[in-house]
Amino acid sequence: MELFRIKKDIPFMRHALIFNVVSALTFVAAVFFLLHKGLHFSVEFTGGTVMEVTYPKAANVDAIRHTVEELGFTDSPVQTFGKAQDVVIRLPETKKDAKTSPADTVFEALCKIEKGSLTKVPASAESGTTSEKLACQDADKKELVKLQRVELVGAQVGDELAHDGLMALLFVILGVMLYLAIRFEWKFAVAAIVANLHDVIIILGFFAFFEWEFNLSVLAAVLAVLGYSVNESVVIFDRIRENFRKQRKMSVTEVIDNAITSTISRTIITHGCTQLMVLSMLLIGGPTLHYFAVALTIGILFGIYSSVFVAAAIAMWLGVKREDLIKPVKEKDDTDGAVV
Amino acid sequence: MNRYPLWKYILILIALVFGAIYTVPNFFGESPAVQVSSGKATVKVEADMTGRVEKALQQAGLKSKDIFYENNGTQGTVRARFEDTDTQFKAKAILEKALNADPADPAYTLAFNLLPNTPKWLQSMHALPMYLGLDLRGGVHFLMQVDTKAVMNKRMQGLLSSVRANLREKEVRHAGLSREGDLIKVKFRDAEERIKAKKVLTSQMPDVDLVDTAGTEGTDFGLQVKLKPSALKEVISEGIKQNITALSKRVNELGVAEPIIQQQGADRIVVQLPGVQDVARAKSIINRLATLEVRLLDESVIGTVDANTAVPYGSEKFISNRGEYLILTKDPVITGDDITNAASSFDQNQQPAVSVDLNGDGGKRMGNATSTRIGKRMAIVLFEKGKGEVLIAPTINDELRNRFIITGMGSSSAAGDLALLLRAGSLAAPMEIIEERTIGPQLGVENIKQGRNSTIYGFAAIAVFMMAYYLLFGFFSVLALSFNVLLLVAILSLMQATLTLPGIAAIALALGMAIDANVLINERIREELRAGKSPQKAIEEGFDHAWATILDSNVTTLIVGLALLVFGSGAIRGFAVVHCLGIVTSIFSSVFVSRGVVNLWYGRKKKLTSISIGQIWKPTENALK
Repeated sequence: MELFRIKKDIPFMRHALIFNVVSALTFVAAVFFLLHKGLHFSVEFTGGTVMEVTYPKAANVDAIRHTVEELGFTDSPVQTFGKAQDVVIRLPETKKDAKTSPADTVFEALCKIEKGSLTKVPASAESGTTSEKLACQDADKKELVKLQRVELVGAQVGDELAHDGLMALLFVILGVMLYLAIRFEWKFAVAAIVANLHDVIIILGFFAFFEWEFNLSVLAAVLAVLGYSVNESVVIFDRIRENFRKQRKMSVTEVIDNAITSTISRTIITHGCTQLMVLSMLLIGGPTLHYFAVALTIGILFGIYSSVFVAAAIAMWLGVKREDLIKPVKEKDDTDGAVV
Repeated sequence: MNRYPLWKYILILIALVFGAIYTVPNFFGESPAVQVSSGKATVKVEADMTGRVEKALQQAGLKSKDIFYENNGTQGTVRARFEDTDTQFKAKAILEKALNADPADPAYTLAFNLLPNTPKWLQSMHALPMYLGLDLRGGVHFLMQVDTKAVMNKRMQGLLSSVRANLREKEVRHAGLSREGDLIKVKFRDAEERIKAKKVLTSQMPDVDLVDTAGTEGTDFGLQVKLKPSALKEVISEGIKQNITALSKRVNELGVAEPIIQQQGADRIVVQLPGVQDVARAKSIINRLATLEVRLLDESVIGTVDANTAVPYGSEKFISNRGEYLILTKDPVITGDDITNAASSFDQNQQPAVSVDLNGDGGKRMGNATSTRIGKRMAIVLFEKGKGEVLIAPTINDELRNRFIITGMGSSSAAGDLALLLRAGSLAAPMEIIEERTIGPQLGVENIKQGRNSTIYGFAAIAVFMMAYYLLFGFFSVLALSFNVLLLVAILSLMQATLTLPGIAAIALALGMAIDANVLINERIREELRAGKSPQKAIEEGFDHAWATILDSNVTTLIVGLALLVFGSGAIRGFAVVHCLGIVTSIFSSVFVSRGVVNLWYGRKKKLTSISIGQIWKPTENALK
């Protein structure tokens, strides 16, 4: 089986202008949404409390919302997530000296509207340890609402995370540019970083536009995508260098076209394989991995686009030349240095 | 031409065996166990406990699979494994009876636990299953911020009083002492006194820096005393260590199977309690304070004291750990808050001792109380859970001030224990919970299932595609990819890394990205074939040409992994570790191992006319130019 039967080099660079205009437009749109709507940061960044509760039947979100508001937590989104039975409640950060955590207060109130009471029951025996948990039960010991997960983050931790995230991004940009500048040439380094940062901005733009939650694992995914699409550009640059070495007569544009054409099958297959994995995470990885997989999917798709159409074009406009990559080779001395 | 020297095959074989040995423990499962640990500050679990447990079980006719002792640095525990949960329950009841003579005041804590079923010979090679993170097994997670300023404050207070005491002792006259932040300023009337003071201070206090300053009014001679940077650092790290010790004692009481209590960053402590669901109780135990008090023996009681002695009003009866009855006044002389430091040392006769530093106020009170009671006894009592326990009841030999030593412990390890207990009497610094996470056990089980399934299905999809597209070479690639998983899991298990859901995602992503190297190689070989090279030559050049590209592209990915490792915390760090390791193992398996397999298959065939890498389509005319 051979999927790619390309007879001639595809003249990618002839259309470079169009590609770049397209990506510039997407980029501008992404920036617009980022500025206009902003990212929907998770509690890990903003500080606050997230609690996840499960009901045996579909949850009455309106009633929950009402209860939460009555407790004085205004501006606390209540959403179902994954299934209709699972509800996520986000509470803003409360004062430090509060004796009981907001999650406990809310859980108690939720239990009350289900007409149950909080009782101590031994935690599941399968965990093997002796522990108790608070459960909301009715008179027949039936669990009415279950607390699945509580997460409480102080604002200070959130600030640090945001700071560390930006530092990581900076470190990646500098590290990758330095490596490419040494291995190839500064023009390639600039081209690769510009092309791939534009991927990152576009992913963020998607998250801003759809108001998806931006959490720590999405940050990891975004950075992974950055590395992954630079990797893509590197494969093409590598081919460009090789072509410069082999094909002395080709023009720069031809060299780039040929490099892209001969690597395109690899590009599609590799990305397809990675996407298979990501897709399987997206479909069966559950809600926790959902946005991680979404970020990766957008990243992979735009990663192909940017490294194929954008990176090489930028390198071309920055004026890469054969001499940039091929250092004049010194003639080897055939003698072994011995003189008689 | 396409042959590997023997050593390369041996290397691959070694890697394979290594991978198998260290991956296998993850599949053995767990068996029920009972864990015995200390229930009191003064009781230590030593290796001889195994014998006691064994005897108690034997007498009851219960069979345990094995009993072993473990010491994690601060706490010793004995664990006994059983065939089924039924025996586990019975054993716990029996051990409870055998070890704790007084059920109201248990000396040992017994808890249910799960232990890996890995065979002994594997365990002895350190082949253990990966540790599951809280998001996979459920539990409570706290991140606590230690107030280092308070630690410093306490230390500076102590420093101030010891400077004052030292100067007074050597009769150096000064014109005033004051504390400004991390500095202590001493004023003198003339330069001679200052020189004298410096001599005294350098000889008595090795961990301070002294700087001369001009006084404020010109006629004054000033001296700045501050802690050396190394001592400063030690104050903080000691404080955190002390808090960790105090925390592990308290957590121990919860009977949690494998708690994690670790320092994170400069001034934070992570507490993870797997399996615990009751956050409120966990919190109350973590926040509980143990207090230490120094009390005097009630002098109104005359004669020997036994269980029947009447206790006068304003006093309490205690039993020391030597079984001696003591009647102590209720009013403490000093409390744990007055103790600035306690360390094991030696007295002038080279006998083990504990030296104790008090703050100025405490020193004064101690002096007042002891000056008239030389030859009598005092007692140091540790209060935990509202119950007091006499740590030691020494005889007062001298008037005690800011710094004194306690002798007569017998061994230096006993002295070390006492110093630890004195320090653990109170937390070194207040802590506050800045992050809290509770994950239900069911959610954990679901997370494992989803994480594992998505990896398996993703892997299967890639495998099917690769074999359909590249035929035999696709199969080799899948083989290399499997090798990659094996190595990755083995290394993670060997490192005893904590597997979290992002970690599983990273394994999946590592596989999705690792296939890139094989695709590069296979495409390159096809290209060489298309260019009309002979099969053997194509294999050789395909691998060679792909290598540079694989290296470049993996280095850039590695940079990302390192960035996440350096700047990430918690979940991100787990992701980063797997990501970085995955890159390294994938280079090894996709380049080195898959070449090995290809060489083994095709390398010996001299007259190779075709290789199974799927259909090679050649442009009809020489168009690829």
